[in-house]
Amino acid sequence: MSAILEAAGLTKTFGAVTAAANISVSIEEDTVVGLIGGNGAGKTTFLNLVTGYLKPTSGSVRFLGRDITGMAPRRITRLGICRSFQIPQVFDSLTAFENLLVGLGIVFMGRSAFVGSHLGDATPEAAAEEMLARFRLGDYRDEPVSVLPEGVRKLLDIAMAMAVKPRILLLDEPTSGVSADEKFALMDLVLGAIRADKVTVLFVEHDMDIVRRYTQRILAFYDGKVIADGDPASVLANAEVRRLVVGEGGPGEAPC
Amino acid sequence: MSTFRRTTLGLAIALVALAAAAPLLPRWAMFLVIISLAKGLAALGLLLLMRTGLVSFGQGLYFATGAYAAGVAANSLHVGDAALMVLGGGAAAAGVAALLGLLLARYRAIFFAMLSLAFSMILYGLLVKTPALGSTDGFNVSPRTLLGLSLASGPGRYGIYGVAISSAFGCAVVLDRYLRSYLGRLAPAIRDNELRVEYMGASVRNVVHLNLVVAGALAGFGGAITALAVGHVDPEMAYWTTSGEFVFVAILSGTASVAAPFAGALVLEMLRSFAYEHAPNSWQLVMGAAMLAVILFLPDGLWSVFRRRRRAAT
Repeated sequence: MSAILEAAGLTKTFGAVTAAANISVSIEEDTVVGLIGGNGAGKTTFLNLVTGYLKPTSGSVRFLGRDITGMAPRRITRLGICRSFQIPQVFDSLTAFENLLVGLGIVFMGRSAFVGSHLGDATPEAAAEEMLARFRLGDYRDEPVSVLPEGVRKLLDIAMAMAVKPRILLLDEPTSGVSADEKFALMDLVLGAIRADKVTVLFVEHDMDIVRRYTQRILAFYDGKVIADGDPASVLANAEVRRLVVGEGGPGEAPC
Repeated sequence: MSTFRRTTLGLAIALVALAAAAPLLPRWAMFLVIISLAKGLAALGLLLLMRTGLVSFGQGLYFATGAYAAGVAANSLHVGDAALMVLGGGAAAAGVAALLGLLLARYRAIFFAMLSLAFSMILYGLLVKTPALGSTDGFNVSPRTLLGLSLASGPGRYGIYGVAISSAFGCAVVLDRYLRSYLGRLAPAIRDNELRVEYMGASVRNVVHLNLVVAGALAGFGGAITALAVGHVDPEMAYWTTSGEFVFVAILSGTASVAAPFAGALVLEMLRSFAYEHAPNSWQLVMGAAMLAVILFLPDGLWSVFRRRRRAAT
């Protein structure tokens, strides 16, 4: 397996605060990787650096061997890196169908610009219907998304990221705001829909049961640094991870 | 798709009705229709900008550019054809919008509104201080022909009216088509969430820039038609009250349909004519009350009356 995404010495400082400190990570193609860490560990900063929303203070990001450091999000999207958001970023005045059509329309108009992403012979409308079916959003097709429940909005947010046909999908807390007994069903649906296209997935998650069950590898962040990287069993057994991230340390130790 | 066809059909019926009414209309009514359609064109550009989430208080800039370009074409470049003057006016306004858009497309909300206002007032200042363009008085514009036909006699008397109704029809149909295209659909998406549009691979700034140019061209057509109908241009066309009137029309009409700005402009012009006649000293009061009533009872504009009825019927 070859690396699809490589971060080397990625550092981001905001004044005196270091949000990412010398992060070097390589993600293999066609894998599912979990990213864990407490609040302020730098998980979302890492996603923002990789997708171009933030420019790193130093270090580089390579995608399929190509240097994408400091590129604008839209260029990185066209290369095949897409993301979903912790708080769903949808178009509130449009219906679920129209939301998907925005992204698919952009892909359709910029066929030549989207590397490795194409609609084939399908029209954007047909592709949008297919995405609605795949994410089981058919019932909400013509509803304005401002009135939809949060769980459905999260699902739509992920479907929109998938509509742009990425090679790697970065999910920022896909199960946050979703009730505990719905989390597994949601992850089954999401990963089933994504992995059908063999898309590489990196997802930020707080629920250790979810991470253990769905990933082949876990990255643990603390204070802007990678403190553990490996298969789920060994990372979750790591003493430092248990103390700083999972929060199962000795008495009196505050979980961060 | 069916809504698109229905809109086009509705506009075509309106075009035929207005054309057929031409011989029956008194001169003042014909003039009122031409001016309404010209202002409607500027408001149509605002409809596009409002759908993109922007309100421009400076569309008078493009309106005046279109009018002055048409006038200069006729007086200095000896282009006497009304159709060419209108096209030239629109092209000049689009050019100015393309240039200013380099800066304007970076701003949003109140900053965009104030910057667009500032640019229009700069043009006003320049026009007032330019003796070659008649300073505060402006200058007279006299189109001579339309597609080779003299405008002075025979069917040519309806020439400018014909230019106005066909320009309004053409622009409305094309804009309706644009709004339903994949590119046009980005406008409401940008209004709702720019970040997401960027994260879906499109350049928000380029789309905003394009929409500024389209809105500028529409205002330019409107300005040129006004210059033809009035036979005169003056710096007031770039003044902020002119821009404010376009915003007034756009809010009165609502953004639901491309036909709305024309209907709204016609209502406004008629209302003003009657208010002028029956309450010459307090006509602004009547206009203000009308605006207040629309905002209170029809917050989505006059056109929402049709929508509600349609929804109630289904």
